[in-house]
Amino acid sequence: MSQWIEVCATDDIDDEDVMRFDHRGQTFAIYHSPDNKFYATDGLCTHEKVHLADGLVMDNIIECPKHNGRFDYRNGVAKGAPVCVNLKTYPVKVEAGKVLINTGA
Amino acid sequence: MTEASMVIVGGGKAGARAAVAFRENAWKGPVTLISDETLAPYDRPPLSKAAITDDAEPQPTYLLDEGMMASLEVNFLRGAAATAIYREAKTLALADGKRIPYDRLLIATGAEPRQLLLAGSERALLLRDIADAVRIRNEFSEGRNIAIIGGGFIGLELASSAAKRGCRVTVIEAQPRILMRGVPAEIATRIAARHAEAGVTILVGASIAHIGPDKIVLSDGREIAADIIIAGIGAAPRFKLAEQSGLAIENGIACNTYLQTSDPHVFAIGDCCSFPHPIFGNERLRLEAWRNASDQAIVAVENMLGGQRQYEAVPWFWSDQYELNLQIAGLPHLGASVVKRVPKDDALILCHVSAEGRLMGASGIGQGNSIARDVRLLEMLIGKKATPDAAQLADPSFPLKSLLKS
Ligand SMILES: Cc1cc2nc3c(=O)[nH]c(=O)nc-3n(C[C@H](O)[C@H](O)[C@H](O)COP(=O)(O)OP(=O)(O)OC[C@H]3O[C@@H](n4cnc5c(N)ncnc54)[C@H](O)[C@@H]3O)c2cc1C
Ligand code: FES
Repeated sequence: MSQWIEVCATDDIDDEDVMRFDHRGQTFAIYHSPDNKFYATDGLCTHEKVHLADGLVMDNIIECPKHNGRFDYRNGVAKGAPVCVNLKTYPVKVEAGKVLINTGA
Repeated sequence: MTEASMVIVGGGKAGARAAVAFRENAWKGPVTLISDETLAPYDRPPLSKAAITDDAEPQPTYLLDEGMMASLEVNFLRGAAATAIYREAKTLALADGKRIPYDRLLIATGAEPRQLLLAGSERALLLRDIADAVRIRNEFSEGRNIAIIGGGFIGLELASSAAKRGCRVTVIEAQPRILMRGVPAEIATRIAARHAEAGVTILVGASIAHIGPDKIVLSDGREIAADIIIAGIGAAPRFKLAEQSGLAIENGIACNTYLQTSDPHVFAIGDCCSFPHPIFGNERLRLEAWRNASDQAIVAVENMLGGQRQYEAVPWFWSDQYELNLQIAGLPHLGASVVKRVPKDDALILCHVSAEGRLMGASGIGQGNSIARDVRLLEMLIGKKATPDAAQLADPSFPLKSLLKS
């Protein structure tokens, strides 16, 4: 049965920034967008499995720290070479100042 | 009338990226990609890293495979060396006698390792392609004595990979320190220390007297056991094809800021070309860097299709040795002073600032990707010709991103 998992407080992630979140052997990247929304994707780049949380968030884009592959973190879409496989995304909600994600597990 | 045709010589990083870029720019006409290698375009950076250290036999990491080329309708000619450009007739000649007409030609012939010119140096292995990597990896078995001539990036990455495989490694460098070209001493020192910790011997200021069947003898008499010798003494741009057809050469195929050669129908990109860089006072550069190869491909293709875009991407390079990641952005040698930024323990970034206070370069070293974000932001600031406040650069808690928005 899928359930919501608490990740952090909303102010733990700066605006336009990303944080790594590990849960049950899986790693996620949690984003705080400039328009104050939260998003979650798989934590590893689809190119060479590098942690995206070390990358740079610019507007709605996460740029991978290794070869600058870019994804739209709202829908996981890969924005061109070197990345061609989309990132998996996960539902996120905010409740009582906490960010929660649903990993579907 | 025949359809206008785009022809690319060289199927490495730059050529492969260009083939894709033609389609991204909605070019519908023919695109031909010509490579003297027999494999589809594959990536070179892993050849000194994972290809050597992974237990499995190295496999090429393809940049473009058959399926992608078919769906992009890229006509790929493999094992085909271009031997002449008949510029009047706008025709390229291949070694097998084929003639390929072009409307615009893109030269992306890359670079090749410099040969060591010493008696006995025919023993020295070189690394540029996947076959070289397989050969080197197969020689790197535990306990063997590996001598690497040249303390540049390729030599040091191979030293780190050889150490991981349990080899006994000596690096022989003629200069007074490793990474003389392009890497500040403070960072080179950290890298040298990490090699020492891994048991790699680095000999600097060393000159080779001769190479014997199982050793290298230095001029001062020292002998270095060497079951295997690898030469990593730099790469030379491959421009014979361009030079013979009368194109201007200046430490590589000479381009203008639009990456156009002295013939307006011929463009050149990647390791084989040199170009004036507009944001650094038009200093002529030739880069041997992975990202430059693809960034140049994107700009040159636009210009080949009638665009007018200057190439002004900030130079950027990385190297991985052990768990360390080194990155260089911009042109550190143009800095007059250095501001240190220490984002985490074990990580160091040097910001190279000109006498006028402009950020000209950044060089950093850290574990994993610990410096990536800051160096990326510094790179963007370099591109904006920013004159950041030294105190802010030095303060690791100060968000560099905020400077980009001002
Ligand atoms: C072992 C190794 C490790 C590296 N590691 C890094 C790294 O960590 N970071 C980094 O930034 N850069 C790294 N580089 C550099 C990077 O790989 C190069 O900058 C990049 O490959 C340049 O691309 P290119 O297409 O210009 O040249 P190349 O990749 O050399 O491709 C040129 C191609 O053209 C072909 N060719 C040449 N002449 C002809 C002809 N007449 N006819 C037909 N085909 C021809 C060649 O065979 C080759 O396939 C590394 C390079 C090597 C070799
Ligand atoms: S690992 Fe992310 S772009 Fe290569």
